[in-house]
Amino acid sequence: MTPAPDSTVSPWGVIIFPGSNCDHDAVETIRRITGIPPREIWHREENLAGLKAVVVPGGFSYGDYLRSGAIARFAKAMDGLLSAANNGTLALGICNGFQILTEAGLLPGALLRNVGLRFICRDVYLHVERTDTPFTSRYQVGQVLRIPIAHNEGNYYLPPSELAELEANRQVVFRYCDRYGNIVPEANPNGSANNIAGIVNRAGTVLGMMPHPERRSDSLLGSPDGAPLFQSVNDHIAG
Amino acid sequence: MRARVAVRLKPAILDPQGKTVNQALLQLGYSEVTGVRIGKLIELDLDGADRVALQSRVEEMSRKLLSNPLVEDFEIQFADDPSA
Repeated sequence: MTPAPDSTVSPWGVIIFPGSNCDHDAVETIRRITGIPPREIWHREENLAGLKAVVVPGGFSYGDYLRSGAIARFAKAMDGLLSAANNGTLALGICNGFQILTEAGLLPGALLRNVGLRFICRDVYLHVERTDTPFTSRYQVGQVLRIPIAHNEGNYYLPPSELAELEANRQVVFRYCDRYGNIVPEANPNGSANNIAGIVNRAGTVLGMMPHPERRSDSLLGSPDGAPLFQSVNDHIAG
Repeated sequence: MRARVAVRLKPAILDPQGKTVNQALLQLGYSEVTGVRIGKLIELDLDGADRVALQSRVEEMSRKLLSNPLVEDFEIQFADDPSA
């Protein structure tokens, strides 16, 4: 007989690398939305058993040396995440977390240097493309979110033929848009292919996005637009 | 033995850093400059004398960690003299 799940133990985890700096925002958002603090996973821990959703947070893991995410991808916690993700654990990579998930091969593509060569830290608008994922069920298709970006390497790249395949598989979840929801080149902050801001894997169980929903989990923080993402995941893992 | 791994963005990938430097060189009057690409040079000090074995190890390192094969190419050069 399997023991009943302990309601004081969170099914959420947040991986922390040396140089992560958005881990506490993610931990706090999850704590407020679920009522239970998530497990904080140090990069040297490999056992992620029992977790149903894991956040790979933003920051500058290992100083962003070599390439963003290149070294973090080989951390023990990422081995744990790879095997957990293969068993259906949801993975959410935000900013540096998205870069790490692409380096790890959990998501296709690469995040290149912003076209304008500047570190961009400001609010952007996102067009919600899909709500049939565990991450976006609380949004509406076409909804416009206001969420900040803060990155130097957010220019999403995929070779043209693979990009067509990504689009055909409906793997794009968020696109940069203007405040009215128009997906236009002027609303693209960093040169990303097809204004891509966030994508999922084929199965829809791994999401990577450059914008920071954990920084917009409450109206006090500028807008509450990021909170439904965490609520959607929580609905999914509770259901 | 020392190996040098040059990592460069693939030709199809836009290099905004190279473009900016190209622009700066033109402004300095170097009108003969028609293109600039910026990459990385990684020097490895290696233990061992079997050049063939080391070559394949360095290729493996380059594919696995030193470059991202989706967007970068790499080139390996061996210098038998460590001061080279």
